[in-house]
Amino acid sequence: MSQERDLRPVGPLLVAAALAVVTAVAVTVSQGVPQVWVALAFGLFIAMGEVLRITLPGGRQAAPLAAAGSLAFALLPIYPDVEGRPSIALAVTVVTVGSVVGAFPSALVGRGMHLDELARRIITTLIAAAIFEPVLPHVAADPRLPDWKLALAMMVAAAVAAVADAVLAAGLRSSMSHSPLRTAVSDEVHALLGIASAITATGVLSALAVPKMGLIALPVFAVPLLLTQFSFRRYATIDATYLQTIRSLSKVTEVGGYTEIGHSRRVARLAVMIGREMGVNESNLTDLEYAALMHDIGQLSLTEPIPGGATTMVAPVDQRRIAELGAEVIRQAGVLDHAALIVERQADPYRPHRGQLDTALPVESRIIKVVNAYDDLVGASLESDRKLRAIERLQLGIDREYDPVVVDTLSRIIDRQADYAY
Amino acid sequence: MQELPVAARAFVSSVLVAAGAVLVLCLVRFSSTYLGTLLPLVGMVILANVAWPQHPHVRVNISLAMPIALASVLLLGPFGAPFVGAANAVAPSDFAWYARLYNAAMGAICAFLSGLAYVAVGGALLGNDGTFTVQHMLWPALVASAVYEVVNTVLIVAVIALTNRVSPLAVWFGALAELALPAFMYSTFGLILAVIWSYVGAISAVLVLAPLTVARWVFAAFELRQEAYEATMRSLIKSVETKDLYTRGHSERVSRASVLIGRRSGMREDRISSLRYAGMLHDVGKLGVPTSVLQKAGKLTEDEFEAIQQHTVRGREITKDLEFLGEAIEGIHLHHERIDGRGYPLGLKGTEIPEFARIIAVADAFDSMTTTRSYRGARSVEDAVVELRACKGSQFDPVMVESLVEAIDSEGWDVSDTIDSDTVLPLENVPSFASDDDDPTVAERLGLPSAAPDDASELDSDTVAHGLEEGS
Repeated sequence: MSQERDLRPVGPLLVAAALAVVTAVAVTVSQGVPQVWVALAFGLFIAMGEVLRITLPGGRQAAPLAAAGSLAFALLPIYPDVEGRPSIALAVTVVTVGSVVGAFPSALVGRGMHLDELARRIITTLIAAAIFEPVLPHVAADPRLPDWKLALAMMVAAAVAAVADAVLAAGLRSSMSHSPLRTAVSDEVHALLGIASAITATGVLSALAVPKMGLIALPVFAVPLLLTQFSFRRYATIDATYLQTIRSLSKVTEVGGYTEIGHSRRVARLAVMIGREMGVNESNLTDLEYAALMHDIGQLSLTEPIPGGATTMVAPVDQRRIAELGAEVIRQAGVLDHAALIVERQADPYRPHRGQLDTALPVESRIIKVVNAYDDLVGASLESDRKLRAIERLQLGIDREYDPVVVDTLSRIIDRQADYAY
Repeated sequence: MQELPVAARAFVSSVLVAAGAVLVLCLVRFSSTYLGTLLPLVGMVILANVAWPQHPHVRVNISLAMPIALASVLLLGPFGAPFVGAANAVAPSDFAWYARLYNAAMGAICAFLSGLAYVAVGGALLGNDGTFTVQHMLWPALVASAVYEVVNTVLIVAVIALTNRVSPLAVWFGALAELALPAFMYSTFGLILAVIWSYVGAISAVLVLAPLTVARWVFAAFELRQEAYEATMRSLIKSVETKDLYTRGHSERVSRASVLIGRRSGMREDRISSLRYAGMLHDVGKLGVPTSVLQKAGKLTEDEFEAIQQHTVRGREITKDLEFLGEAIEGIHLHHERIDGRGYPLGLKGTEIPEFARIIAVADAFDSMTTTRSYRGARSVEDAVVELRACKGSQFDPVMVESLVEAIDSEGWDVSDTIDSDTVLPLENVPSFASDDDDPTVAERLGLPSAAPDDASELDSDTVAHGLEEGS
């Protein structure tokens, strides 16, 4: 999903993480590193996990193995052969170094480093270690003979860290893409629940097993998570292919001269931006994107293309007929019913009778109606004058045709884009 | 159980008896000090079967009960683990009572034999105290999980083969071979579960089963997504066909015929899959041809004829960003090329034309001939084969024609989804050339401005004009 990323909110997070790292490195250097091999092994494991990143549904990036390795090191109750355990400072240092080294290959091929993600991982490690450290003496008299209390304490520390991570991610996402925080948090929890529980479980398991089994536990316990990662990767591939296919097939109306070139993509892009700002949740945003891409598919049943493809120029009855025909095609798929409903209602007015709101009209349909009209007026033009005039024209229709909130949001986005341009 | 063949009934009965004997032996030998480990494991198997039943839409399942049974082998040994395997009997499935009992018996026998193997190669029971060294249990654990896998596979294959009266090898290759490696990987969960269990007890179940449950959940989501994807693709392709009643089902059939040819030529499976999509999408560019032109009755102007020919180029434009299609894109683009170089859009010759395009050309013509069109009835498969052979070397690649003929000879061809023949013109009006009605020869025979005047007078020009409008 396309979005304008406003990177300013990342700043404070990076500063906090950088402070933590500087302090941790300083402490580590002054104290020295006991058990260098263990620290190196964990660092290497984290680096390798960083190389094997995956894309989660919704385009999120993740490195589950690296995250699990970080957690395991932060929660390690005791070293395999000697007394003592990693200090909080050492944990932060190892996690940072491992992650940076692992991110190197992808940075070399120009894919860039995920600084915000690195910062999140550092802060999460800090939280998990800081919760666990004071609790440890109370739950395990001898960490070499762990029992359920130790396992439970680790799980609680890891869970709190995972929740903090989701909230941080949601906060970043919300401020970067101008979406309401509440929607962002629920989206993030929804998207991360699965992978985060797998990461948490693997991290805790490894931390429990390493003192006893030695470092061999790291690769052995990575297998299940690797399997999970593989499943996610396959899912992300099919998900991307799905969107790619709908995007490609949405071009048929353009290729056939029914609509202007790029119309459906522009509508989809703007509609998703508006939807996000209005707090439409992620799964509905996906349907909105599909619906926007295919909103003109009903025109294929027309014998003659509408001049310029502008559906706003034809009689409302015909607009509705096109919408219904399109919805019929989409509904045949059997799996896109919500998208079909959005397409079906895209031509319906906001207030059909004076003063009477149509409460059953999906917000996604209202968004497409506005964006479609806007794009019919502006097209691929970049002139801000033309854009402003189009918005003014839409504002004349907010009594009956258009949802004023949608028009306002659109106008805010256009203003912002104008800001960026200068 | 009456509906099973006699051999299968005898086999199932003897397995049940054997499992019963194993369980009796276990009752005698099992030490009750392990009861605290046994009961939670049994509970977990039941919970796994009840809470995560087989998903009806998912072909391949990651069974949560299997790693638990394996862990019980390492924790309890040959005389305790069979109880855990037998707990598979409790499952809210739609299986018949004897199928459920067979599952339980299979679980018990696998656990028993795997336990014997574990002890035989020197594996020590992990028990509850965590006093063991991993180096000493890793190798026995691998042996145990291999034995478990093999016994499990043999028992499943045998019962399916006997029930359906097919060869065991066919069963194995058909459904289980691809599962062998993943199943072995899942057995790692059993090892981990056993090790952690011996440290921290039953709480380890939560930790070990979490990643497995997530993997399983994503796996199911993937399969559903894949189905959704194919359904969407199909319905969008159907929307091409709604523009013209007579091509209903054409894309699906061309896809099928193309795959037949591809398999005969010994094509790799990933290319076959790409070819399947190429067949389905070969006419997608028709969405870009105005309906008025596609549905026009009577003669087409030069411009309109060109518009129809454009569907190949438009098909390429529409599909060119679909990375997964690969070669299919050029197959769609060039499926109207002819071996003799007189096709369109580029006029390529012989092997300059990509393999996919040569295949689709044959499949496309074959389906056009064997189905009913607006201007003629369907021809028989035999007639179509004669026509295809007559055009070998001029219009079609001879190898592809013969591959299709061979495939149809051995596998048959089902022409479904055709239009009632009483609505179409009588068979006398069938044009006497093989094709594909937007083929350049048609234009020539019609004396259209774009081609040299030919023997158009032989044909009823109005009939052929219908053909033009209809396309392939």
